[in-house]
Amino acid sequence: MPGGIVSFALAVVCLVLGACSANDADDAQTLHRGIDAEPESLDFHKARSTAAGDVQRDLGEGLTGYTSDGEFVGRAAESWEISEDGRDYRFSLRRDARWSTGEPVTAEDFVYSFRRLVDPATASFYSQSVIDIENAAAIVAGEKALEELAVTANGDYELHVRLARPTPYFLALLTHPSMFPVHRASVEQHGDAHARPGRLVTNGAYTLVAWELGSLVELRRNEHYWDNQSTAIDRVRHHFIPEPAVELNRYRAGELHITDNVPPEAFARIREEQPDELRVAPYLNVYYYGFNLTRPPFRDNLELRRALSIAIDRHALTENVTGRGETPAWSWVPPGVDNYAERQLPYASMSDEERKAAARRAYRQAGYSDHNPLKVEIRYNTSDTHQRMALAIQSMWREVLGVETTLVNEEFQVLLSNMRAKEVTQVFRSSWLGDYNDANTFLQVMLSDAPSNMTGYSNEEFDSLVQRAAEQTEPERRRTYMEQAEAILLADHPVIPIYFYVSKHLVSPQVEGWGDNVLDYHYSQHLSLSPE
Amino acid sequence: MLRFALLRILSAIPTLFLVVVLAFLMVHAAPGGPFDDERVLPPENARNLAAAYHLDESLPRQFARYVSGLLKGDLGPSYHYRDHSVSELIGAAFPLSLQLGSLSIAVALVVGVSAGVIAALRRNTVSDRLITGMAMTGISVPVFVVAPLSVLVFAVELRWLPASWSGGASGWRYVLPVVALSLPQIAYITRLTRASMIETLSSDFVRTARAQGLSLFSIVRFHALKPAMLPVVSYLGPAIAAALTGAVVVEIVFGVPGLGQLFVRSALNRDYTLVLGVVVFYAALIIVLNLAVDLLYGFLDPRIRNP
Amino acid sequence: MRGLATAGALRQVTGGAAVRVSAGILIVITIAALFGPSLSSHDYFSMNLPERLEPPTLDNARFFGTDDLGRDLFVRTLSGTRVTLLVAIVASFVSLVLGVAYGAVAGYAGGKVDAFMMRIVDALYALPFIFLVILLMVAFERNFLLIFVAIGAINWLDMARIVRGQTLSLKEREFVAAARLIGVPPVVIVFRHIVPNLLGVVVVYITLTIPQAILVESFLSFLGLGIQEPQTSLGALVNGGVSHMERAPWMLLIPASLLAVVLMSFNFLGDGLRDALDPRLKGR
Repeated sequence: MPGGIVSFALAVVCLVLGACSANDADDAQTLHRGIDAEPESLDFHKARSTAAGDVQRDLGEGLTGYTSDGEFVGRAAESWEISEDGRDYRFSLRRDARWSTGEPVTAEDFVYSFRRLVDPATASFYSQSVIDIENAAAIVAGEKALEELAVTANGDYELHVRLARPTPYFLALLTHPSMFPVHRASVEQHGDAHARPGRLVTNGAYTLVAWELGSLVELRRNEHYWDNQSTAIDRVRHHFIPEPAVELNRYRAGELHITDNVPPEAFARIREEQPDELRVAPYLNVYYYGFNLTRPPFRDNLELRRALSIAIDRHALTENVTGRGETPAWSWVPPGVDNYAERQLPYASMSDEERKAAARRAYRQAGYSDHNPLKVEIRYNTSDTHQRMALAIQSMWREVLGVETTLVNEEFQVLLSNMRAKEVTQVFRSSWLGDYNDANTFLQVMLSDAPSNMTGYSNEEFDSLVQRAAEQTEPERRRTYMEQAEAILLADHPVIPIYFYVSKHLVSPQVEGWGDNVLDYHYSQHLSLSPE
Repeated sequence: MLRFALLRILSAIPTLFLVVVLAFLMVHAAPGGPFDDERVLPPENARNLAAAYHLDESLPRQFARYVSGLLKGDLGPSYHYRDHSVSELIGAAFPLSLQLGSLSIAVALVVGVSAGVIAALRRNTVSDRLITGMAMTGISVPVFVVAPLSVLVFAVELRWLPASWSGGASGWRYVLPVVALSLPQIAYITRLTRASMIETLSSDFVRTARAQGLSLFSIVRFHALKPAMLPVVSYLGPAIAAALTGAVVVEIVFGVPGLGQLFVRSALNRDYTLVLGVVVFYAALIIVLNLAVDLLYGFLDPRIRNP
Repeated sequence: MRGLATAGALRQVTGGAAVRVSAGILIVITIAALFGPSLSSHDYFSMNLPERLEPPTLDNARFFGTDDLGRDLFVRTLSGTRVTLLVAIVASFVSLVLGVAYGAVAGYAGGKVDAFMMRIVDALYALPFIFLVILLMVAFERNFLLIFVAIGAINWLDMARIVRGQTLSLKEREFVAAARLIGVPPVVIVFRHIVPNLLGVVVVYITLTIPQAILVESFLSFLGLGIQEPQTSLGALVNGGVSHMERAPWMLLIPASLLAVVLMSFNFLGDGLRDALDPRLKGR
């Protein structure tokens, strides 16, 4: 019987191991990159995560895009003309642009794709990108027919777009993957399942050859891509690795060339031992605590909000709690945005002593004291970093002001739900990632009617300034409006901006062509691998 | 025997139904939904999504829709992974969990039974105490301590083994996850085997055999082992269930794209159909495996077969 | 009526060395957890960023060092132990109450009622409980009470089965027959006469469900679903220690060792009690 068991076990082992050899084509020219999650979809109209965006940017190409340094350029569109009133755009498409089938990419493809984006049946996430096109909003709401979308083709290579109002950042919007064209014939043939290897037809530098669910996607160069000779790397594998610690281990073991993240615990050591491989750059993302302005204690109590904001030692936080090169946030809009100079909170340059005194003054003015301390809740979603941040801030508020803070750790969906309802939240942790390189993407979050405005902030003057800026085509005047709006926002303290994220990656010395940029877009087609 | 099996399968159906109802209710009771995100969707988009995935229908209708799909073998589309169906996702993840699970149980059986037999034969000697001590440690140190520690020692420091899963196609990447998963099982099986073997060895028929001059080895091999294995076999049911729990930890630590990890992600994403699909699948699996174990037990123990 | 089985167990308990040692260890740990923190001037939640990640040392009473936020690990570990023990004991108590009530009723009722009730138990056995617990925690937000309920809900089935088995045999004993003759109502018989005689078995099983409960709570903490900050448990501490394994190994090793010792002690204790009580229960 023991013999029976042993041979059974051995048989299982052999069977299982034998069946598990995957085909690993490990060319010298295969780039291995980590992304932080499996893309929820590779259909350009059905995704929204940054992980999906990273893969999609290698597969498709929009009218406009970026160089490896983050410079804005035309991609599928060679040139364009904008009318005086800023509402009519005429794009001249590249005549040598091709799908991976070899067919030319035409203006009709873009017409079809934009229509599909706003089609209610597609149920896309990002139809917001094109909401400024005339009739787009009505179509998404199901009130008008697809054909009424003001995007038309004039011949094969001229695309005409008419906007409902002048939107100065429209060209920047076009770089987003939701604006990439989809191949009509494939979509009509395969419907919801067209975004698969062997079926997905792309107009970008790579095509999809494999999707190992739960594991990775593999891309291979698109021979028909108009700029194919500039593409150095033949194959790219994006590996889905949600845990930064696991990703780091794989990088150290030589399995990855590029990581998506760097775990905070290891950061200091890596900065010392491998500084050349560490790439840290400012990122268009702000980490903030929001106030619920619809209820006490923060409703109508500006001084209290100011006190809590001033009491936070942002330098200590970015050095000790996050410690990866993040910068303290004294404004709402992150630095590095085109055509913009962010405003600063007035206490940014105070010394520690001054700051604490100012905080205490504001606290007393708000009606609180040691005998009447504020009791408040901070809500945040489950994560090591958020927890440490909340603990640190709890400690700071206690030390400087004597505030009694309770920490409430909620699962992400629960927190989101509470934030939207605005019933139980008091102080909540959140963040905002910019969609495109323009200050408007940050300012519009705090409009009175913005769905993502979880604070309940409503200031008419702010709203009207942002509105005017959104319609102003002259850059200098736009900038003035936006800066004024931000100044008002900061003075009103509906949020406490805490720090600005940085993008952090480990990039192997073999990789060349990596360029840091605020949007953290790193197209594989700009990279090359030197031999090891 | 056949009747027994059929009855068990039939009684599994109401169990599965109960499982589906419970899971459905819990998943929908959770705050949030599959499409909620910090970037709150504009109302029209939210409406379109709800319509496309039938979330605007009443709960009973959604439930009826789900169950009728289930009866046709259709687990539905994943709400989160919009390009794939639930069956595809489970189909991709399950073989991996199966491999890890069966390997770990196989390893646990081989090592555990051998260790248990040795300990029983050398009862109360040093080797026995050593073995029982190690077994006790195996039960007491949780998987989520063993797993990351082993990665640190064997993968990062010594570089003997791959750090995680998709690093290359070698069989070596199985070693750490399987070992981590099998340790608690080895421990239990060792203790069970030892206790059971001791009892069997002191039973009448064994004593008779010894009196007749048969060697200890042949007694163990041909007479004692089979009955001593009965408790181990009946333990296999809970062992499998335990392997499922341990699997989640191991999958997360080693980055194995298995079913446990898929489940946790789907619960956090509120991917209703995927959650339900995994729960139903697992419940069915446990039922089938428990049935197999009971049949095996019946086969091994003649007393049950012919009461 | 003194439970005869219980008395027998108690007599045996004082016999086994392993049992005495384990019980001793557990008592020491419990006392340490309850009173140890007062030996130190630190508390379990104050952060001290300049003093983060310090190894164990005797000065400043940093017996176990500090964690990544500068919190004292000696006090945190001991208060975490308190929480872990509390969760485990209460959760086991929940499963005990459920299991004993259910099993005793089923066993005493016998016949069709018993068969039906046990069928339900069989059905519930098939549920992938861990998944349902995860769903439960996700659905209802992690509150302290729910953790006990969830953990208790996993373990009561085994208890119910064992109790039912014992009840079936106890049912035939003379004192039960006598009580029935006098006309004592069934409910009273079950709870006044049968249950006390189960206590021996139950005690053994409690010592075995407690480690399971601890492991489940640790597992939930691992997933981020367990006890909430700044409260902590041994499982949460271990989980936190894992991410700092390389820089600050004491953050992992100390709570992990303590957890292992606690689990081992309960296991040895349960084993010893079981050996003393009923050799037939071996191998379960």
